[in-house]
Amino acid sequence: MATGTEPSSTTGTGGVHGPTRAAIPARHLRTERWWLYPASTAAGLLAFIVYSTWRAFANADYYHAPYVSPFYSPCLAENCETMRAGPNWEIFGSWWGLSPALLILIFPLGFRLTCYYYRKAYYRGFWASPPACAVAEPHKKYSGETRFPLILQNIHRYFFYAALLVAGVLTYDTVLAFRDETYAWGHMGLGSLVFLVNIVLIWAYTLSCHSCRHIVGGRLKHFSKHPVRYRLWGWVGKLNARHAALAWASLISVAAADFYVYLLAVGAFDDPRFF
Amino acid sequence: MTQVERQGWDVVVVGAGGAGLRAAIEAREQGMRTAVICKSLFGKAHTVMAEGGIAASMGNVNEGDNWKVHFRDTMRGGKFLNHWRMAELHAREAPDRVWELETWGALFDRTPDGRISQRNFGGHEYPRLAHVGDRTGLELIRTLQQKIVSLQQEDEREFGAYDARLKVFQECTVTRILKEHSLKQDGRVAGAFCYERESGRFFVLEAPAVVLATGGIGKSFKVTSNSWEYTGDGHALALLAGAPLVNMEFVQFHPTGMVWPPSVKGILVTESVRGDGGVLRNSDGKRFMFDYVPDVFKEKYAQSEDEGDRWYEDPDNNRRPPELLPRDEVARAINAEVKAGRGSPHGGVFLDVSTRMPAEVIRRRLPSMHHQFKELADVDITAEAMEVGPTCHYVMGGVDVDPDTAAAAGVPGLFAAGEVAGGMHGSNRLGGNSLSDLLVFGRRAGLYAAEYAAALVSGERPAVDPREMEAAEAEALRPFSAEGTDPLHPGGPAENPYTLHQELQQAMNDLVGIIRRQPEMEQALDKLADLRVRARRAGVEGHRQYNPGWHLSIDLRNMLLVSECVARAALERKESRGGHTRDDHPEMDRRWRRVNLLCRLATNESRTGLPEDPALAHIRLERREMPAIRADLLELFERDELAKYLTDEELSS
Amino acid sequence: MSSYDAHFRVWRGDAAGGALGDFTVEVNEGEVVLDIIHRLQATQAPDLAVRWNCKAGKCGSCSAEINGRPRLMCMTRMSVFDRAETVTVTPMRAFPVVRDLVTDVSFNYAKAREVPSFVPPADLKPGEYRMRQEDVGRSQEFRKCIECFLCQDTCHVVRDHEENKEAFAGPRFLMRVAELDMHPLDAAADEGLDRKTAAQDAHGLGYCNITKCCTEVCPEHIRITDNALIPLKERAADRKYDPLIWLGKTIRRRRSG
Repeated sequence: MATGTEPSSTTGTGGVHGPTRAAIPARHLRTERWWLYPASTAAGLLAFIVYSTWRAFANADYYHAPYVSPFYSPCLAENCETMRAGPNWEIFGSWWGLSPALLILIFPLGFRLTCYYYRKAYYRGFWASPPACAVAEPHKKYSGETRFPLILQNIHRYFFYAALLVAGVLTYDTVLAFRDETYAWGHMGLGSLVFLVNIVLIWAYTLSCHSCRHIVGGRLKHFSKHPVRYRLWGWVGKLNARHAALAWASLISVAAADFYVYLLAVGAFDDPRFF
Repeated sequence: MTQVERQGWDVVVVGAGGAGLRAAIEAREQGMRTAVICKSLFGKAHTVMAEGGIAASMGNVNEGDNWKVHFRDTMRGGKFLNHWRMAELHAREAPDRVWELETWGALFDRTPDGRISQRNFGGHEYPRLAHVGDRTGLELIRTLQQKIVSLQQEDEREFGAYDARLKVFQECTVTRILKEHSLKQDGRVAGAFCYERESGRFFVLEAPAVVLATGGIGKSFKVTSNSWEYTGDGHALALLAGAPLVNMEFVQFHPTGMVWPPSVKGILVTESVRGDGGVLRNSDGKRFMFDYVPDVFKEKYAQSEDEGDRWYEDPDNNRRPPELLPRDEVARAINAEVKAGRGSPHGGVFLDVSTRMPAEVIRRRLPSMHHQFKELADVDITAEAMEVGPTCHYVMGGVDVDPDTAAAAGVPGLFAAGEVAGGMHGSNRLGGNSLSDLLVFGRRAGLYAAEYAAALVSGERPAVDPREMEAAEAEALRPFSAEGTDPLHPGGPAENPYTLHQELQQAMNDLVGIIRRQPEMEQALDKLADLRVRARRAGVEGHRQYNPGWHLSIDLRNMLLVSECVARAALERKESRGGHTRDDHPEMDRRWRRVNLLCRLATNESRTGLPEDPALAHIRLERREMPAIRADLLELFERDELAKYLTDEELSS
Repeated sequence: MSSYDAHFRVWRGDAAGGALGDFTVEVNEGEVVLDIIHRLQATQAPDLAVRWNCKAGKCGSCSAEINGRPRLMCMTRMSVFDRAETVTVTPMRAFPVVRDLVTDVSFNYAKAREVPSFVPPADLKPGEYRMRQEDVGRSQEFRKCIECFLCQDTCHVVRDHEENKEAFAGPRFLMRVAELDMHPLDAAADEGLDRKTAAQDAHGLGYCNITKCCTEVCPEHIRITDNALIPLKERAADRKYDPLIWLGKTIRRRRSG
């Protein structure tokens, strides 16, 4: 029940400056450094974009036996470097002349782009929609994910399926990383460790996905009738609570793994061997 | 006089807590057009504060439970002062009321086989409380709220308007029950005079039946677990309409409320803390409760700390620790320790679980207490002791009602249910019996109000008397022109309603609180007379739109009336029983069990129903004999036990 | 610790206009913002309008914005502020203001009515309901909601875009849809109501861009976004964007038809 008082217009027009809202000229009254989160998010994502763009288009320095950069795995074109027993599947044949990374990166990229955490991160960091809680956003109109193209965010689950396959291949790469540069098994170097950490984080991130949580059990109405899926749902739920942290950790680890291979490939140093 | 808007309804329910909403649902389902009016927003009522659960003998956890056992527990808890018929209806109907909530969407905690789980609680022989963690009250209120919405959705489909047959007037206050005054008939309820808190606009809801469900009176006391709404509105409205109140001397003080920081003083610390192993200590570090076991309980409680500690693991071979004595005993002991100078820094005693259980167990078993102390007091209960002291929690007294129909005595068309109704709990209420009370008697009040309203042919409905409306409006507006308006006590300065309220709370707390003495209560009555005089001069600034100072000025009338009832009845009852403890009459007296004290307005002469001179007594007391308990119900008890409560003459007949 | 004088700025006014007013007011140990507002009422501004009730974080009445953050006044301790800091208190800025700190929250009650209620199963009588604890756990979390409407206040979909109020139910009532959809005995489907599609078509789930401000401000620490909104989005995706499920349903319909 609103009062009968005739509202008068205040500064600004829409949102918190609308005619019925409390007349407060400021866009927000937050006193702490609320901009730190969107700014650091944007900076972090931007850094990764710059780095990965450079590496994806480089089409070089992505293999140093026994390690293959996760950006180039699986390698699906004929122009790939030959990796003994490695993920060379020449599905695309010889006509593909660009970097083979572009063929495969589309899947992890799509997975992360439609990921519920990254959506939050870039809606806030890049779109300022909203920049922070209770800080007015600069846009006049907002339709969220109701229309094209953002309605496509709903296909996240398909990228999740693809990401499972990619993670499978990267697991295979990690196994291969327990060889030495002559392809002899049973060895381990610093690179093997880097790959191991990376694949653990990749799996943790992939399995902590909200779509995964839905598929393994979240879509059920009666957990009691599906005890195994209920248990799986509980485990995924625990991981899911750390989805944001895993998103960042795996983003950094995948870049680190790639960078490690790059350093080896350009001969910056030799892979320290443990055994 | 300005034109006041009038709306016609069949049933008006005052209050939107558990009892009010249950009554409204029932009245609407009986086909009556029903209006609910409440001081807060819809869904914010004090019922949300209830933690423990709803007592109902469903027997889901222990099959031995049934309504007879529940009845017996309730009568013992109330020291046999309960109206036996109310206790019987309550115990019989509670399970149906709980099950019905499930069909409206409530989600209680479950037993392993999928039924409603039930927990143990003080005074209940078997695990009996249906609960949702420690937020049962919230679940109750939300379920009822959502049921109301669902009925409104039905009406929207049928009539095109959500409000067609069931409307909630939120943030509105009723200041008077209006009655008809005609040559043909006199005294029937005709409606309610209300104002909208947001705008200050007056309006009248015309209806032949009004259900009071306004809750309690705790805001008359300084230290209370009750919210601001608990200003005894329904109690006062009933008095002013000519209905008597019963058992007003019985006020339950919960032994453990928070005492620090001041902002949360009085907020409840649940009984489960002690049930799970928490102990009370004074400033010397002594578990003082061992010194306070009364003779009648000596056999049933541990004599040493070792024995008490063993009870938690092995209750069959050990006696329970004295921290688990009835609420009134524990509250009195804490009070005595503080008075003897052995209290905690902020005037309470120490309640400690930190040395009794590992931190992880505390967090699992007492999550809300851990959270409450952490957030509000910056105290980590896993590492240090809590400071606690008694807090005003519940009033057993209320409108004298017919046990079956919840109709208020002497005022046709007036009904009352929930805390505002008296009789059900006798001199002391058991934990968990409040929520079930709301549901059982809320439904009955709604049902019989609807029947009453439906029985009146439309032409025979009582009409609102315009002079009563005028008087009600003048009374409500007085705070805006308060100064110098009282010819009998002229010359005083304008009074700040907040100051008056604080003085009232202090007086009631100190003089009619947990331990009562004749001279103090007499002093309280003098103080109340003084406050009444000054309240006539309570003035407010500003305008009527959402003006809290004005609202408080209006509520003060109710608090002063109700406080006087408590003080007069407490002074009169010369024994100690349940929620009424007399230092000068410390024993329970069987002869007093047969006596109910009724409070009525002292005069009905003036237009307002109140004496012209505020210094005069507003309340007069009447004694009434308790009705005899039905024989088959008496047989549920051992004769030895009955002998403690009933006089020899009652026993022999 | 002793008392001190704090500097407060409190918005006072109504729909016609208003401004932040400056107050110097005493603060004692252990007090919360609501205590200070009450002290202002009792000593300096008797007609200062504020909504409150239980004062223990259980009823959700005293919602406001403190230093620009949506919070319950009764659960905001003064000790979190610097003594020299100015504490600014305003009404919730997503709803029409009534007076001072009181806003018109009727938007929320209107939205509550738009969510179809629990549909009891036709074949079960009262007392016959059997539900496992693991099946009610999810909905129970959402039923912890105290309806303080801070999530509705902070959600930029309606806070910054008044025109979206018609189409968007807000986090609180999307969570209510999720609660009912996850209720083990809700029989809405038997009556032809699909809550999953309704979430998107009737309650504006698509407007949510899961930026989690609702979760951030929730005083009950309900994980609104992770446990209600995203699962609801996934359930809607099951219905509308999953060709496998669509195919399966079509085949089953053909067979049975």
